[in-house]
Amino acid sequence: MDLTLKIWRQAGPTVKGKFEQYSISGISTDSSFLEMMDVLNEELIGKGEEPVAFDHDCREGICGMCSLYINGRPHGPDGGITTCQLHMRKFKDGETITIEPWRAKPFPVIKDLIIDRSALDAIIQSGGYISVNTGGVPDANAIPIAREDAELAMDAAACIGCGACVAACKNASAMLFVSAKVSQFALLPQGKTEAKDRVRTMVAKMDELGFGNCTNTYACEVECPKEIKVTNIARMNRHFLGAKVSG
Amino acid sequence: MGNKRFQSSLTKKFVMAFMGLFLITFLFVHLGINLLVLLPDKDYFNLAAHFMSTNPVIKVFEVVLFGGFIIHIIYGLILQIQNWMARPDRYKIEGWSHKSPFSKFMIHTAAIIFIFLAIHLGDFYFRAKFGAIGDVLINGEHYHDMAALVMAKFLSLGYVVGYILAFVILGFHLHHGFQSAFQSIGLNSKTYTPFINGLSTIISIILSLGFIVIPLVIYFGS
Ligand code: FES
Repeated sequence: MDLTLKIWRQAGPTVKGKFEQYSISGISTDSSFLEMMDVLNEELIGKGEEPVAFDHDCREGICGMCSLYINGRPHGPDGGITTCQLHMRKFKDGETITIEPWRAKPFPVIKDLIIDRSALDAIIQSGGYISVNTGGVPDANAIPIAREDAELAMDAAACIGCGACVAACKNASAMLFVSAKVSQFALLPQGKTEAKDRVRTMVAKMDELGFGNCTNTYACEVECPKEIKVTNIARMNRHFLGAKVSG
Repeated sequence: MGNKRFQSSLTKKFVMAFMGLFLITFLFVHLGINLLVLLPDKDYFNLAAHFMSTNPVIKVFEVVLFGGFIIHIIYGLILQIQNWMARPDRYKIEGWSHKSPFSKFMIHTAAIIFIFLAIHLGDFYFRAKFGAIGDVLINGEHYHDMAALVMAKFLSLGYVVGYILAFVILGFHLHHGFQSAFQSIGLNSKTYTPFINGLSTIISIILSLGFIVIPLVIYFGS
């Protein structure tokens, strides 16, 4: 297939970027989106031009490294997948594809389509963990966990921290990410001990980093490659309110 | 880059939600009284208006109500400005993957409702408090003839159209606002959320249609 690509090019964090247009032809419908980008980059290198910088690692939807805001949607037009799992058959021959970096104040552009997502790490460091004392390993089966809670915790833990929720949100809010991280612990007995402090510190960190406020628009849920639910956000709101009320 | 906020984003959202729900209950009371103006005997409406402007309990409530409006507006503005600041560079192609249809336009609908409110308060509320209004004799006592004021206003086509538009916009605002308030205070479950969503649609329709019916009946009935 033949395509026209409009790609955001930005040489560095402090320089102004702009869209460049590229034409590419002979792309197989079976190739992945990132393979198409690879082909483009090889052509650019062959012409002695600077290749387009973009993030990727596992290329199988588990690491959360790939990003790309494709035609107005994080991770492109398909649902429940990451950019690396997106196939070119989802596009039409002759289509113009606009590719932008994820835009949010806490996600500064490093180069072209690569953004710095360490703000998400900072939120995790502020409380997204459980403290475990050293010593004998307790028997895992000794702690009863309701099946439904285990399922919900696992669903929340499916979050790969890609930041698509922030990219999709009209307010660049990180609520879906933070609430998934809060929930995956708060639902399990091991995470309950620090639950109150965790929700407080993680929310405070999220605010401090300049993410927007949630307006319950739910674009995050639509665009999340792991289909994390906004019920996690309600849970976090509930726990936060509980932590406030109980002091 | 650290900016410690004096109140967390979640706390502000709780406040928005509670105030919003409180203002919705007020709208129902207001609608109930307004509908009295459609009765053939205008005394009911005039007496209700008199009660609302003189009863001491209502007077206390009035202060709470104005406070509620102001807080809802100020917090809404703060949240919105922070949200704009969170994405200084906009996308070339805006995303449309939202699930709550009017959630993207809360600040816009809010601005229109605010303008309406300012005009409305000037026309009726402050007029009743400070302005000149004709009198009506009910059971030998003098009362403000608010009914006549309302009837006169709704004879102007421009006023009627503006009024109707404002309440359509209010309906959009409430359609998102009502159900969204429950999510903000942490209430979302597959058992009752579908019910709340349905209720949100019903409430927004009842409130906007309820208010809209009044000028229509007066304009076309006269
Ligand atoms: S590259 Fe690992 S999730 Fe896409």
